[in-house]
Amino acid sequence: MNRQLIGYGILLALMLAAPAVLYPVLVMKILCFALFACAFNLLIGFTGLLSFGHAVFLGTAGYVAGHSIKVWGFPPELGLIAAALAAAALGWVIGSLAIRRSGIYFAMITLALAQMMYFFFLQAPFTGGEDGLQDVPRGKLLGFIDLADDYNLYYFVLAVFVFAFWLIHRTIHSPFGQVLKAIRENEARAISLGYDVAKYKLLAFVLSAGLAGLAGATKTLVFRFATLTDAHWHTSGEVVLMTLLGGMGTVFGPVVGAATIVTLQNELADKVGSLVTVIMGAIFVVCVLAFRRGIVGELGALYKKMLGGKG
Amino acid sequence: MTEIFGIPIQAFMGQLMLGLVNGSFYAMLSLGLAVIFGMLNIINFAHGALYMAGAMLAWMGLNYFGIGYWWSLLLAPLGVGVIGIFIERSMLQWLYKLDHLYGLLLTFGLALILEGLFRDLYGVSGLPYSIPEEFAGAYNLGFMFLPKYRAWVILASLLVCFATWFVIEKTRLGAYLRAATENPKLTQAFGINVPLMVMLTYGFGVALAGFAGVLAAPAMQISPLMGSNLIIVVFAVVVIGGMGSILGSIVTGLGLGVIEGLTKVFYPEASSTVVFIIMAIVLLVRPAGLFGREK
Repeated sequence: MNRQLIGYGILLALMLAAPAVLYPVLVMKILCFALFACAFNLLIGFTGLLSFGHAVFLGTAGYVAGHSIKVWGFPPELGLIAAALAAAALGWVIGSLAIRRSGIYFAMITLALAQMMYFFFLQAPFTGGEDGLQDVPRGKLLGFIDLADDYNLYYFVLAVFVFAFWLIHRTIHSPFGQVLKAIRENEARAISLGYDVAKYKLLAFVLSAGLAGLAGATKTLVFRFATLTDAHWHTSGEVVLMTLLGGMGTVFGPVVGAATIVTLQNELADKVGSLVTVIMGAIFVVCVLAFRRGIVGELGALYKKMLGGKG
Repeated sequence: MTEIFGIPIQAFMGQLMLGLVNGSFYAMLSLGLAVIFGMLNIINFAHGALYMAGAMLAWMGLNYFGIGYWWSLLLAPLGVGVIGIFIERSMLQWLYKLDHLYGLLLTFGLALILEGLFRDLYGVSGLPYSIPEEFAGAYNLGFMFLPKYRAWVILASLLVCFATWFVIEKTRLGAYLRAATENPKLTQAFGINVPLMVMLTYGFGVALAGFAGVLAAPAMQISPLMGSNLIIVVFAVVVIGGMGSILGSIVTGLGLGVIEGLTKVFYPEASSTVVFIIMAIVLLVRPAGLFGREK
């Protein structure tokens, strides 16, 4: 346990020092997607539900944060909270429809409902359609910390991320999280033990949607705009890929996956153009065929093997 | 009678026909998905991309080799089927013992690869493919003009769907197929080569998508994105209909196309979302889908 705490401490120290070495906006982007992927992993990794429309929560929250901050003049912290709540509410609606089916149908339903919201955003007046919601001011946190400064904003985003990560960590290791894992492993048995499986699934879905929303709202704050891209199914696919590559059902997998994919996209964007999609697809195929435990999962298995070899 | 519910009958019938055309594509694609799902237990996310590949192959055949529409209608589905068989042999066959979700993820990756490749080659603006001469012009039905090509698309897709239904439900080969779907091990024990049938089923299912792609080529813009926009609607169609019955897939596909077309007449703002709204309602009322069986 102490070892684990020390590990977390070192990681936190590295993150605190990161903007001294790395471009803060890139690290913030990574943090946003890492949070998004962690929220997604709560469903696929710990409840066994594949939501293929998670981008809708990222996108919705982005618009809500952007609109409330820019048009209604909300301070940034209130904008984030409003956006996360809106995403959670949407998660409740989509979740209660989707959990009526399981497995592959669940994936198709979430994808279809997300696409419906995408078309809605395309037409709705407040989203700015294809242009997106531009020039969202970052504002002043709690009235006195100016977030227009990248470094101030970085520490705020880091705080949001650490809070959400802690929340997910707590959830996974709580009795509630144990029930979720039981549902993932054997739904029929969880039902026979008397758990109201539908309720647990829905609660996990709402929590995941809300946290994905927090990621989307933070992203809007960082980039000062909200666009349709965030709500597109491509983004839903990306978060699946990040989680798969990093390791589904591991605590750090989504973070590693998000960092890898975002960095890769950043590096490749101007070099190979639209071939980025091909590379993403190829990573998908390789992961599914040969690498299903993901980076963190494989490393964990290797570590265990080494320990086993010694003992 | 020149108006119906306050809408000029010309416009009304026009949208109805267009709805039937779209419905034909929904029917063909959801039929392929259902056949593949029945046999492989995999939802083929690459279905839309392979439909696009069918249209692209037709375009490439015409522009690089001078292969006309009719030959394309035969060759492009064959080409797509061969791609499908390659995919099944080299990748999908390793996933049958795993969770079904991996099949979805793998085919999603394949869809991204196909889409990205064609986007890199041809951009996203869309390529023209002219209507074959035989179908230029329109029939004058007195109360409306029916473009000949649209009539052909509906007819051809109905024929193909019916043929598929016939083969699966009424022939010996179809009986083997249904047996293998029901209980692969037992079927294998009777001396039927199940892996071969699985491979051919996947090949046939995606060839159906390729055929739909060629049919679509003159009717709409050929673009690398044409498949992904369509496949999500088709997923909703599949959820609405349930994948249990072949005729169910066909009827649901056509019906939703018509409903979508009519929505364009009466409330155009909702035309792109109406299928998803119907899906939500069906989930509330009959979660297994209209023709699905509750497990």
